Amino acid sequence: MAANNHEILRIENISKSFPGVQALQNVNFCLKKGEIHALVGENGAGKSTLIKVMTGVEKPDQGRMLYDGVEMKIKSPQHANNIGISTVYQEVNLCTNLSVAENILLGREPRQFGGKINWKAMNTRAKEIMLGLDVDIDVKAPLATFSTAIQQITAIARALEISSTKVLILDEPTSSLDVRESDLIFQCMRKLRETGVGIIFITHFINQIYEVSDRITVLRNGKLVGTYDTENLPTISLIQKMIGRSLAEYEDMEKAKQDPDKQQVLIETNNLGRSGTVQPTDLTLKTGEVVGMAGLLGSGRTGVAKLIFGVEEPDTGDIRVDNQPVDKHSPHESLLRGIALCPEDRKESGILGDLTIRENIILAMQARMGWFKYLNKKQQYEIAQKYIDMLNISTPSSDQLVKNLSGGNQQKVILARWLATHPKLLILDEPTRGIDVGTKAEIQKLVISLANEGMSCMFISSELEEVMRTSNRIVVMRDQEKVTELPGDTTEHNIMQAIAGAD
Amino acid sequence: MHRIKKFLFKNGPLLATILIFFIVYAIGGQLYPAMRKPQVFFNLFINNASLLIISIGMTLVVIMKGIDLSVGAMIALTSVASAALLQQNFPPLLVILMMTLMGILFGLTMGAITHYLKVEAFVVTLMGQFFARGMAYVINRSSITITDDFYKFLALTKIHVPFFENAYVYITSLVAIVLLVVTFIILVFTRFGRTVYAIGNNEQSALLMGLPVARTKLIVYAFSGFCSALAGIVFSISLTSGFGGYALSMEMDAIASVVIGGTALTGGVGNVFGTLFGVLINGIIVTILQFNGTLTSWWTRIGVGILTLIFIGIQSLFYVRKKHT
Repeated sequence: MAANNHEILRIENISKSFPGVQALQNVNFCLKKGEIHALVGENGAGKSTLIKVMTGVEKPDQGRMLYDGVEMKIKSPQHANNIGISTVYQEVNLCTNLSVAENILLGREPRQFGGKINWKAMNTRAKEIMLGLDVDIDVKAPLATFSTAIQQITAIARALEISSTKVLILDEPTSSLDVRESDLIFQCMRKLRETGVGIIFITHFINQIYEVSDRITVLRNGKLVGTYDTENLPTISLIQKMIGRSLAEYEDMEKAKQDPDKQQVLIETNNLGRSGTVQPTDLTLKTGEVVGMAGLLGSGRTGVAKLIFGVEEPDTGDIRVDNQPVDKHSPHESLLRGIALCPEDRKESGILGDLTIRENIILAMQARMGWFKYLNKKQQYEIAQKYIDMLNISTPSSDQLVKNLSGGNQQKVILARWLATHPKLLILDEPTRGIDVGTKAEIQKLVISLANEGMSCMFISSELEEVMRTSNRIVVMRDQEKVTELPGDTTEHNIMQAIAGAD
Repeated sequence: MHRIKKFLFKNGPLLATILIFFIVYAIGGQLYPAMRKPQVFFNLFINNASLLIISIGMTLVVIMKGIDLSVGAMIALTSVASAALLQQNFPPLLVILMMTLMGILFGLTMGAITHYLKVEAFVVTLMGQFFARGMAYVINRSSITITDDFYKFLALTKIHVPFFENAYVYITSLVAIVLLVVTFIILVFTRFGRTVYAIGNNEQSALLMGLPVARTKLIVYAFSGFCSALAGIVFSISLTSGFGGYALSMEMDAIASVVIGGTALTGGVGNVFGTLFGVLINGIIVTILQFNGTLTSWWTRIGVGILTLIFIGIQSLFYVRKKHT
C-alpha cells in the first residue's frame, strides 16, 4: 500500500466488447493524485469506452479496478459519483428545463428542516460557484436559455461541486469553447490539481494537451500504446503513436486548383440576412472553390449556412443559385437545387442511430430522387460500399447500426449521405469537431479533391489551421456580420485580427 | 416592468388556463344566473374530487414523460373491492388501508416493469388497465351497495366553507385539496420533485448527473397508483357503491386536464395548479350543460377535446418561442 498510495485509480487488464467491435483489449491505466492526465487516441480508440467503464456506465468483460488502493467494482454512475469519481461528458448531459442553479446543485442542494429545498441558499451558492469561474449570469434562468459554452461550464461547475471528488474526468470539455473560455477551464484544472484531485483530460486539441497535462496515455484500436511524461514526448511522436503512421497526409495536401476561366458563379447572396441571427451579408461562391468561414462561436457562421440551405427564411435580401433567384426557402428545395448541408451537431440534427449505415447514406439521395423511384437493395449496397471505401469508414459491414460506430465514423456517414446526392455546393458546419487528427486530414483532403472535380464547398470551422489549409478564400464573421474576406494564403495573424476586430 | 413580462412569459400556459376558466365561468353566469351562486363553484370540488386526485398523480407521471392509463380502471377496481370487503363486514379503516396499499403495489409493479424491463409505459399501463377492469368484474359483475356507517358518515358530512354562507364541501373534496397542496410542495421544494422534472427533460442526463432515476420512477408510478386507489375510495364514498363499470375512460379526462393545465406531454414542464384548473374547466363545462338541460352530456367531450387541442397549440407556440430566445 505504501508504495503506491499516491495512486488514486489503477486499471488492470480491462477488456470490453460490443457486438462486432472489440472496444477495449487488456488496457492498463493509472492515475496519480494531483495530476492532469491526458487520455488520447483516434476515434474508436476506446477512450469513451474506458471512461464508461471507470464511471460504471458499462461493465467490463474482464479485468479489475483499484480505487485508492482498494479493489472496487463500480456499479452505476451514481455509485461512481458517491465514491468521488465525477465526469463531465463530451455532450452536455444536463437538464435544460431546470435552472442553472439546480443543474449545479441538484442532488446536493441546501435543505431546510424536513428536507425542503432552500431555494434562496441554493441560488446564492450557485451564483458564488459561477462567479468563481468568472461567469456572471442569472443562475435562476433555465439552462436552455444559455449558449453551449455556458452549459459546458455549468456541467464542470457541477462536477467541481462534489466536494469529495478525487477523480475528475473531463471528456472533451473544450470542444465547443473558444480560447478564452478554454483558458478558464484550464485555470480550474490547475487549481484542482493543487488540491490533489486526479484529472483525466480527453481532448483532440494537441496544443491543449501540452498546455495543461502532466502525463499522456495513448490508446489505439482499443489497445494501450503507452503512458508518457508530457515533457518527454514531442508532438510529432505523440501523433505517430496516436495514428500509428506519420502525418504524411498533411504534407502532401494542396489546395483546390483555381481556374478563373472555367469557374462560374454558383451562389450569390445580396444583403441576405435574418434579424437576430445574421446581419445583411453579400457572399459569392464559385464552382470548384472552397470558401472557409472563420469566426468565434455565435458569430453568425452557422446562421449564414442555415439561410443558404433554407433551414431558416431570410427577412432581408435574396439568394441566386445558378443565376436563378430563389423564392422558396426550404431544405428540400435546396436539395433539389444541389445544395447540401452537413450540420454542426451530428447527434441532434443528422444521424439516425437506430438505422444501418446503408440506410443513413441512402436517405438524402432517396429524398432527392423522390420516394417513388425506389433504389433496389443491390444498388443501395453498392452505393453504401462505395462511400465506406471512399471515406474509410471502419465497420464490419454496411448493415452495422450507426449508433455502434464511434463519433468520427458517424461524422463520415453523414458526410457520405450528402455526398451521395452529388451536390453542387456542400456546406460543412464543423465537420471535424470531436474527431481525430487522421480523420480530420482525410476529410480535408476529400473536400479539396471534390472541389477539384468542380464541386463548391463552404467550410465552417473553429480551427483556423484547417480553414487555412483547405480554403481558397476565407470569410471572417464577427457579431453576426461578415467583416472581411481574405485570400486563402493569408496568415493566421491576419485572420485572428479580423476576428478580434483589431486594426 | 421587465419582471412582470418575464413572469407572464414563464407562466404563460398556466395563466391562459386560469383565464379560460374564468371566461367560461363568466359566460355560464351570464346565460344562467343561478350559476352565480358560490355553491356552484364549490360543487366543482365535490363532483370532481376523484378526477382531481388521479389528475394530480397523472401530472407527476406526465412531467416525468410517462403515462398511466390504468387509473380509471383502478378506481373501478378499488370501488368494487372495498364494497365487497365492507359487505363481508371488514372494518372500514382497514379496507381503506388495504385499498391504498393495493394501489401503491399496483403502481410500483407497473413502474418496475416499465423501468427494469424497458417496456413502454403506454403498453404496461394499458395492460394494467385491462387487468384492473377485468378484476373488478371478476369480483362482482353487478353493482354492490355500501351500507357501512363510517362510509355514510364520510359521504354526508358537510364542511362549511368560511366566508361563504351556506356553502359547503365534503370531506372527500378536502382530501383532494390537501393532496394538491402537498404535491405542489413536493414538486417544487424537494429533491425528489426536482428529479422528476430532470428525468422528464432527459432521463440519460439525469442518470449521468447521479440522480436516483430508478427509485424516482418507481415512486412516481407508485404515487399514481396510490392516487388512483384514493380516488377509488372517494368515488365509492360519494356513490356509496362499487361497480366495475365506474370511471370508464376517466384516465383520458385526467390526461386532458393535465395537458390543459400546461403540463407538456413531452415531459419536464408543468405543475399541479395548472392541473387543478384543467379539472375545473372540465367541471365547469359539465355544469353549464347541466344548467342548460337540453344539450346532451357528450358536448362536454367535444368542448374538452377542442380546448385540449387549443392548449397543445399554445404550449408548442410558447416552447418554440422560448427556444429561439
